[in-house]
Amino acid sequence: MVTPTRKKDRIDKLAEAGSDAGVSLAASAWRTLRRSPVFLTGAVIIGLFVLVSLLSPWLAPHDPSDPMLIDQVIKARNQIPAVQDGHPLGGDLQGRDFFSRLLIGSQQTLIVGVLATLIGLAGGLTLGTLAGALGGWVDSVVMRLVDVMLSLPSLLLAFSISAMFARPNQYTVIVAVAVVQIPVFARLLRGSMLAQRSSDHVLAATALGVKPGAIVFRHMLPNSLGPVIVQSTLVLATAIIDAAALSFLGLGNPDDRIPEWGQMLGDVQNVFDTHPQLAFWPAGCIIVVALGFTLMGETLREALDPKSRR
Amino acid sequence: MLRYTIRRLIQLVGVVLVLSLLLFAWLRALPGGPVSALLGERSTPESREALTKQLGLDQPIFVQYFKFLGRALSGDFGVSTGVQPGDAALDIFLQRFPATLELSFLAIVIAIAVGIPLGYMAAKRRGGWFDNISVGGSLLGVAVPVFFLAYVLKDVLSSALGLPTEGRQDAIDATRVTGFFVLDGVITQEWDAALNALEHLILPAIALATIPFAVVFRITRAAVLDVLDEDFVRTAESKGLTAPTIRRRHVLRNAMLPVVTTIGLQTGALLAGAVLTEKVFSFAGVGQALAIGFERRDYPVLLLLIIMATIVYVVVNLLVDLSYALIDPRIRTR
Repeated sequence: MVTPTRKKDRIDKLAEAGSDAGVSLAASAWRTLRRSPVFLTGAVIIGLFVLVSLLSPWLAPHDPSDPMLIDQVIKARNQIPAVQDGHPLGGDLQGRDFFSRLLIGSQQTLIVGVLATLIGLAGGLTLGTLAGALGGWVDSVVMRLVDVMLSLPSLLLAFSISAMFARPNQYTVIVAVAVVQIPVFARLLRGSMLAQRSSDHVLAATALGVKPGAIVFRHMLPNSLGPVIVQSTLVLATAIIDAAALSFLGLGNPDDRIPEWGQMLGDVQNVFDTHPQLAFWPAGCIIVVALGFTLMGETLREALDPKSRR
Repeated sequence: MLRYTIRRLIQLVGVVLVLSLLLFAWLRALPGGPVSALLGERSTPESREALTKQLGLDQPIFVQYFKFLGRALSGDFGVSTGVQPGDAALDIFLQRFPATLELSFLAIVIAIAVGIPLGYMAAKRRGGWFDNISVGGSLLGVAVPVFFLAYVLKDVLSSALGLPTEGRQDAIDATRVTGFFVLDGVITQEWDAALNALEHLILPAIALATIPFAVVFRITRAAVLDVLDEDFVRTAESKGLTAPTIRRRHVLRNAMLPVVTTIGLQTGALLAGAVLTEKVFSFAGVGQALAIGFERRDYPVLLLLIIMATIVYVVVNLLVDLSYALIDPRIRTR
């Protein structure tokens, strides 16, 4: 059945890319990546990002929720505390140390990105594996549902899911960003599974009497991992950007004691023209990290694509 | 071809039906149910009971769904509670849709007009500095949050170029024929109004165009690279065709299929991007209505606009699929 959106075709194509990938493809991919300056740039950015976010509680000079510079905000009438000793980036509108907020923000940003990707992956993995491994009516039902989800522009779907919650918080943001990714992962997995169901190694395993469960988990899933890894890397970038968009629409986490970059950026929209630095720092961080994930994802995709193995 | 179109249209109806069911469930799942959602925080027990009766919420749930569907089919999607309180949701959509259509159209034109030539040039110069810079730029374009870029354009570029930033409100008031401000100016030959309307569109359109541009560029580049390797291009070269002929008749024509698919898919990004961009520029379109609707939880308006966005997205992609036949004669004869 042809379905009303072609988004799925793109996903299916990605699924095919690694469907008959063996160890040799993985090995050759790694050989290409190790020498690719683009991939290494992305990897260094992400390495630094993860390192900083893990160490941020010790790196941050101050408590990110402590309005220690509030006197200066009150005295200067809606001015933000300037750069000064001990506060390399000054303070924000509530008189909190901006540098500490950026550092701690990296941790929350990483958590949002990773959790959203993991939830999307887990949901998509379950649905896609069910559909691809069982086929038949399970496949039809799951895929029709996935198609309906894909026929809504993804960010719009994330907005709608967030609007369901009366009191948004950190977790509703993660859920909204994650659910949008479920149909993408599901299609990806299913395409890859379907391609393998008729492949020789699955046929051989079936002929040898391997149990269906073992075939799915030991023979089919591992072979589908390439495109899933590529997609996960790209989703990490979109998750962080989408979370910022949610905050911008007032659908994000209103509690900013523990900051997150998207929230920091979305929350300063009303003072953008008077205090642009409050937006530029978190925006800069988001852009660099999103670029890092994208560089890794795109080079991975190219390296895993059998067509580009020349 | 006709059978294919009809089948796709039937599927569209199916998608919209399932979506309406999901959205109906969504409205139901809201904290406190639709009554609280519709009345907001100022509800009293009496007003709640009255609205419960009025909306028929005391009836079985499937009866409610079919009533909702019946009302929707007759164009009654309820009354706005937050965007333009008191106005019918459908009127809000009809008022604002031309503005968003105009903006998105300009954005996609920019994305195509810049993305395809740039993608072609990058592919021809594969690995060169032009290729590297433009690929890097396109990756950067996807990494920048749309609303941040919109703010930067608004605050930095608008003063430098002397362009207006505040939506269409202060546009020169011309005779309104279609609701498309630029088109109206052209039809009535009020050229100053048309130009002014275009000036109001240009910055938000650029912000909106970034992501579609980046994607169109990359797909064009990849597609052209694929085609350049093909035997028929070498044949065309060896039989002495001129470069422009090879480009037009052999390379671009064959590379266009994936590009056209992408353009269809990017309308999805446009719809979501319009929510963010229109909010930044206070541009009175459907996107702004959605942004305000999400902020003030205006569920009747949200429901209608989300359904409309889905229909637009699906229909555009159907048109894209149908346009394959125009590009690729092999599909036509099949």
